Amino acid sequence: MRRVLLAVALPAVLIAVWWVVSALAGSFFWPPLSTVLAVFPETWNADRIVGDVLPSLARLAIGYLIALVGGVVLGVAIGSFRTLRAMAEPVLEFFRALPPPVLIPVIALFAGYTGWTSKIVTIALGCLWPILLNTVDGVRSVDEVLRDTARSYRLGPVDRFLHVVLRGASPRIVTGARQALSIGVILMVISELFGANRGLGATIVQFQRGFEVPEMWTGIILLGLLGVVLSVLFRLVENWTLAWYHGQRQAERKG
Amino acid sequence: MAVSLDVDGLAKTYTGHGRDVEAIRDLTFKVQQGELVCVVGPSGAGKTTLLRCIAGLLDSSGGQVRLDGVPVTEPPPGMAVVFQEYGRSLFPWLTVRKNVELPIKSRPAFRKSAEAALEAVGLSDSADAHPWQLSGGMQQRVAIARAIAYEPSVLLMDEPFAAVDAQTRADLEDLVRTLWRRLGITIVFVTHDIDESVYLGQRVLVLSNRPTTVLADVPVDLPEERTQLETRSSPAFAEIRSQVWTLVQQAKKDS
Repeated sequence: MRRVLLAVALPAVLIAVWWVVSALAGSFFWPPLSTVLAVFPETWNADRIVGDVLPSLARLAIGYLIALVGGVVLGVAIGSFRTLRAMAEPVLEFFRALPPPVLIPVIALFAGYTGWTSKIVTIALGCLWPILLNTVDGVRSVDEVLRDTARSYRLGPVDRFLHVVLRGASPRIVTGARQALSIGVILMVISELFGANRGLGATIVQFQRGFEVPEMWTGIILLGLLGVVLSVLFRLVENWTLAWYHGQRQAERKG
Repeated sequence: MAVSLDVDGLAKTYTGHGRDVEAIRDLTFKVQQGELVCVVGPSGAGKTTLLRCIAGLLDSSGGQVRLDGVPVTEPPPGMAVVFQEYGRSLFPWLTVRKNVELPIKSRPAFRKSAEAALEAVGLSDSADAHPWQLSGGMQQRVAIARAIAYEPSVLLMDEPFAAVDAQTRADLEDLVRTLWRRLGITIVFVTHDIDESVYLGQRVLVLSNRPTTVLADVPVDLPEERTQLETRSSPAFAEIRSQVWTLVQQAKKDS
């Protein structure tokens, strides 16, 4: 009860402040929150949800999953083989340093501005690096004794991959996946800013260009809410896959 | 009786960074099938190196190890290792039961074997717990259960009780004796604890300081039925203990 109260207190205060200040401000660019909330339902009607929001989320999901699978597979390979790691590390450092939005025009040259492909590729490329680099570190940090145990019991390659490497690296993989998720949401919006006419990000830009200011604000609120939902979903998956890790850390702190 | 483990002229020199370290110079000994042999030596005598060479986890630089007549070049099928670092050799993401089942899950009736092994170490009630929920002594019992469920022809134990408290240690020593007598497996038990080596073993191999050789092979002429209180306070025990102790002191001085 207390925890719920604490979690809700600050948002409530912020909303109240927004409500009062925006009501008093009388600014065209900063309409009263009551107006913004009033236009919310009609702005995000069924047509916009099906035509803009869901396609955006679908592209995010596809791009993110590609990055997750690709990052983990490549990361396990690079983390497991020293020669591969020595070869790949300088290249990885270079690509990691590139801000993903810079790639959008380049990707668009190949995949076109308007289609799904360029947006999915943008999201996937941006999400790949944190997952890949964290997986490499995670694989390298798998305990030596555990590796020796797996070797002396002659576990097969599949068991070693699933039960030793992947699980051992999973705390770091989750860290990378969490970073990638926020990058993915940003790229989902940014990838639609360049020459797209539908999608969540594109819609917000269109509202802004058309001076439909309250509608623009509803889009920003919707994005924020989606972010909260995604992070809650992520937390659920994390608690499920890393229950052992949190339990172990808690046991170590007590012991 | 047939020879189970045959260590012949084993040598190991670590090379690297312009400095060669000769850890093991020349080790030769045999372990008969069904024997319980303790290996004791001053700290830094290369006990762990020896064990890792026998287990096939480390390449030797000379000589040979044969298990049931077959040269050991990689971890052999008939061997199980119990490491000192119990907390790091169990899979924290698997339950106790799954930890025991993992190495044997391709065998028929593996569930029953795991169940029996857990019962033998007195952990049937904790089968569904995770290792980190258990005390150190219980975790080492899990590692022992996993080893005996694997039904090895030789069980290697590398200072397995060095990190548990004295009372737990006594219980675990008795457990090892009980299991050894009941299952008739061959055990090589490495320890730095002289009392432990005499209490457990049928004979005690005393190692020299680095570079390691076998300094003495001391038979332990104590009754098979041993108890912590009576055996340890018997004159025969004291005599063997002082014999081994003198040898270890000698080994330390020679360095």
